[in-house]
Amino acid sequence: MSLEQCTVCARHETLYQELDAFIEKNRHRPGALIEVLHKAQSLFGFLPAEVQAFIAKQLGIPESTVFGVVTFYHYFTMKPRGQNQVKVCLGTACYVKGADRVLERLKEELKVGIEEVTQDGRFSIHEVRCLGACSMAPVVLIGEKDFFGRVTPDEVPKILKKYRG
Amino acid sequence: MQINAFIDGKPYSFDRPMTVLEACKEAGREIPTICYHPSVKSIGACRICVVEVEGFRNLQAACTLPLSDGMKIKTQSPRITSSRKMNIELLLSRHPNVCMTCESNGNCKLQALAYEYGIEEPAYGVQLRGLEPDDSSLFIYRDLNKCIQCQLCVRVCDEVENMSIYSMAYRGYESLPEPPFGLPLGSSQCVSCGQCASICPVGAIVEKPSMGKARWWELKAVKTTCPYCGVGCQLDMYYHPKTNEIIKVMPSEENPEVNDGIATCVKGKFGFEFANHPDRLKKPLIRRDGKFVEVEWEEALDYTADRLKEMLRKYGPEGIGLLGSAKCTNEENYILQKFSRAVFKTNNVDHCARLCHASTVAGLAMSFGSGAMTNNLLDIQHADVILLTGSNPPENHPVYGSRIKKTIRENGTKLIVADPRKTELVDYATIWINHKPGTDIALFSGLLHIIAAENLADETFIAERTEKWEEMKESLKGFDPKTVSEITGVPVDLLYKAARLYAEAENAAIIYAMGITQHACGTHNVISLANLAMATGNLGRPGVGVNPLRGQNNVQGACDVGALPNVYSGYQRVGDPAMKKKFEEFWGVTGLPTNIGLPVTEMIGHPNIKAMFVMGENPAVSDPDSEHVEKSLAALEFFADTDIFITESNVYADVILPAASTFEKDGTFTNTERRVQRIRKVIEPIGESKPDWWIVQELSKRMGYEMNYQSAEDIMNEIRRCTPSYAGMAYHRMEKIGLQWPCRSDEDPGTSILHTQKFAHPDGKGKFTPMTYNDPPETPDAEYPFYLSTGRILYHYHTGTMTRRVKAIHEKEPEVKIEINPTDASSLGVKTDDLVRLTSRRGSIEGKVLVTERSVPGLVFVPFHFAEARANTLTGNFLDPIAKIPSFKVSAVKIEKIDHKTAEV
Ligand code: SF4
Ligand code: SF4
Ligand code: SF4
Ligand code: FES
Ligand code: FES
Repeated sequence: MSLEQCTVCARHETLYQELDAFIEKNRHRPGALIEVLHKAQSLFGFLPAEVQAFIAKQLGIPESTVFGVVTFYHYFTMKPRGQNQVKVCLGTACYVKGADRVLERLKEELKVGIEEVTQDGRFSIHEVRCLGACSMAPVVLIGEKDFFGRVTPDEVPKILKKYRG
Repeated sequence: MQINAFIDGKPYSFDRPMTVLEACKEAGREIPTICYHPSVKSIGACRICVVEVEGFRNLQAACTLPLSDGMKIKTQSPRITSSRKMNIELLLSRHPNVCMTCESNGNCKLQALAYEYGIEEPAYGVQLRGLEPDDSSLFIYRDLNKCIQCQLCVRVCDEVENMSIYSMAYRGYESLPEPPFGLPLGSSQCVSCGQCASICPVGAIVEKPSMGKARWWELKAVKTTCPYCGVGCQLDMYYHPKTNEIIKVMPSEENPEVNDGIATCVKGKFGFEFANHPDRLKKPLIRRDGKFVEVEWEEALDYTADRLKEMLRKYGPEGIGLLGSAKCTNEENYILQKFSRAVFKTNNVDHCARLCHASTVAGLAMSFGSGAMTNNLLDIQHADVILLTGSNPPENHPVYGSRIKKTIRENGTKLIVADPRKTELVDYATIWINHKPGTDIALFSGLLHIIAAENLADETFIAERTEKWEEMKESLKGFDPKTVSEITGVPVDLLYKAARLYAEAENAAIIYAMGITQHACGTHNVISLANLAMATGNLGRPGVGVNPLRGQNNVQGACDVGALPNVYSGYQRVGDPAMKKKFEEFWGVTGLPTNIGLPVTEMIGHPNIKAMFVMGENPAVSDPDSEHVEKSLAALEFFADTDIFITESNVYADVILPAASTFEKDGTFTNTERRVQRIRKVIEPIGESKPDWWIVQELSKRMGYEMNYQSAEDIMNEIRRCTPSYAGMAYHRMEKIGLQWPCRSDEDPGTSILHTQKFAHPDGKGKFTPMTYNDPPETPDAEYPFYLSTGRILYHYHTGTMTRRVKAIHEKEPEVKIEINPTDASSLGVKTDDLVRLTSRRGSIEGKVLVTERSVPGLVFVPFHFAEARANTLTGNFLDPIAKIPSFKVSAVKIEKIDHKTAEV
């Protein structure tokens, strides 16, 4: 993906400036890279190759190092994510209780696949492992806090509606 | 220091800190390893090397555990065996069972361990990754389905090559070595050095050009020296004895001082195919009625000797010129200059060193008494500051370039780059001085002015070890910062910064190359650097010095053995009556000439020269003003040439004698750090080709001067007897590791750093030489508004006769790219890949544009590898008055866009 194609980046000239300022301030701190990546992801929403290359250049470290760290932590993502990340637990307990059917229904409702963003940018779907809420299986988590337990496929539209605004 | 330890019940003692693995190895106990390689840091990832150590409950990875006093180590036990087995089975459970078709079959650590531990089917079942192989690079093929996650490729690319292309991407057992952002390797910054393929212990990364050509066990290996640049990497050449074909190249592990036990660049690793190329000359050729016809050796040699005799009779010694070659061995160049002097009685003998470092030989000899790199390739790691000027090591001396990057990254060494081009190392520099081409003397004398004025000079060193400092200081008056800033275009404060950084460093090393030497004032450029080093006492210990990087594999050696018009071997002067007498007696001749002969830059086209004998050079592409060179070669009454191919030069010859390539003969090359290294015959000579020394010897015999060498070693033994600095260079002493000159006796270990106690002048003193600055002979003007600089690029070598016959390299860089700065490009209205015409006062060439920041505004760069767009059509034969080196680095040109339509007509 080159810079021209990446509309997100083109729109965000100012975001680069903000990121650069942040890098300048933090470059000598231990663990600067992780903090810079956090900042970048909060600014851009995700970490496309261009942003990573920019960070590598500004910090004077190899691009491969940045890439290695980005792919190491699940928290970082190279793909755009929706404003609301819908995470479906596919851990053993949830799976046994039919999480796969919930997932299928979600895909139908949102018309996107796993790790994809809806056209309006509002949702993206993600698979996760056991969320530690097996007693409520199957579990769907939206964002970082909104847990939905014992979800059936038919409840899916109702749940999504709350976030459609 | 002494460390005592028990290994398998026996006591051993060791004299230095080491790991348990190294200790076991020294004790003769083999321990299997996968993720260990001596050239990179150990990470203990694979746990194949586990041992039992008393006092530790768990098994310990031997490759990371430091040996400590009193340790009791067990290298074999049922527990160790079952742990290793389990680890191998785990690896096999993700590994496709495809040994039958794998390139690494027979050279795979996983396969070998599975065999040793008798594992047919892994106990955990097999679950493959199902990945697409990465076929995007022309040189490297990656099939990560076979990866065993040892991370050796990641470490070698980061720690040795310093490109850091790979990281272990993704997490846990899915993590695999990937270029940034998951790009295919071919789209990354990879420089195709091949080290990841050399180091991968399995078949996950392999050399693409060798795929499908042979199984490992069919191959034999011979160690030799790389035929390209002056670093002199030691290589194991794998060839097929049945087909006489070279199949692949591995770095030798025996020579970490030269190439880190693993390093190569793309040319050393992949640039061997020329040897087996169908274009190789296989039989002698004589020109008859304007056409070359194949003849037998007898006829060709008789004919050549007769014609040479005739020429000598007709025109005398002054009418003959001979060229040696920096690509040929020491032995061959020695024989050639002996042939010239003993048979023709002429000193008209020279070689292409004239074109690269003649000014180094002259300049450093004037300053220090010896014209070679003062330090060695390894000790750059001791430098606190490096002043790099007119040198682009990542492309031209790549393995050394990686070392420079490494010391900057790891030791915090500061780098000053003084270069009109924004070369790759500028990205690593603390200071980049972008001075105008040709203003080096002003720049370096200006720095010295500041150093003297600010009392940063090393007065003790100056007083004890040098002469003429007062005169020097006097001459610096004209180089005040303001004047220098005006001449060079460098801001005054940057001059101060650079002068202070260099002078205040504990150890500061100067590295330079042809950006300094290839000027009409090349000798004085070199001296201006020598002055800087002497004034700051930066000579004679590790991490300092004045370090010219010699271009060709054996340009140092060809000079050392006397393929020069003014000296015999070991720089013994032809004009010195004592030397004349010495060599007359030694060679059993009379009447050796004492006048200095013609350098190549004056020989070609000189009205006196009627006949030439050229050993493997290609002056029509390498020398300035190509058209003039071609005309002169065509006008010769007799022209005999030895080469491995038909070239742009020998098409004008009357006879071409087919030479054996560097992979088909024995001998020695001397690398840039004065290290004499063996080359060995790998394959049989192609066709009827013969080593150059054999050819010269046969001609000499026919001309009435007996030579009877049975081998290259015979010749070296003769060189040792007449050349004090080479006296200790016995072949058997250089089996594994080469020796650095001066090496004066069989006991002398050689000299890694010159001038440690005194300089090589008879009085032991270094000599300051006052400087004056003159503008280059040709600078841009209204008609020719651009500076032109010429040079090399990473993938090719010199006139391209070798590298352009390597398929993958040719595909990678098939044609000339004229490097132009974006600002100039937009004012000329050209983009990358547009066609332009470059014209100088001497001629013009056409080629495609590469728009790049590497060229600064007002400067264009043209590599000289491409005969169809010869950079040297443009350059002028402006010579340095002392060294007679041409000014390749400054000419003036104009640029015109060529309309695609008209261009195609
Ligand atoms: S070929 Fe060299 S530069 Fe390229 S990835 Fe391998 S080690 Fe790195
Ligand atoms: S590709 Fe080869 S060298 Fe790299 S991690 Fe995998 S097995 Fe090791
Ligand atoms: S760095 Fe020089 S000697 Fe080493 S492999 Fe490359 S060209 Fe050959
Ligand atoms: S398996 Fe879904 S929460 Fe534990
Ligand atoms: S060789 Fe020691 S852990 Fe891999």
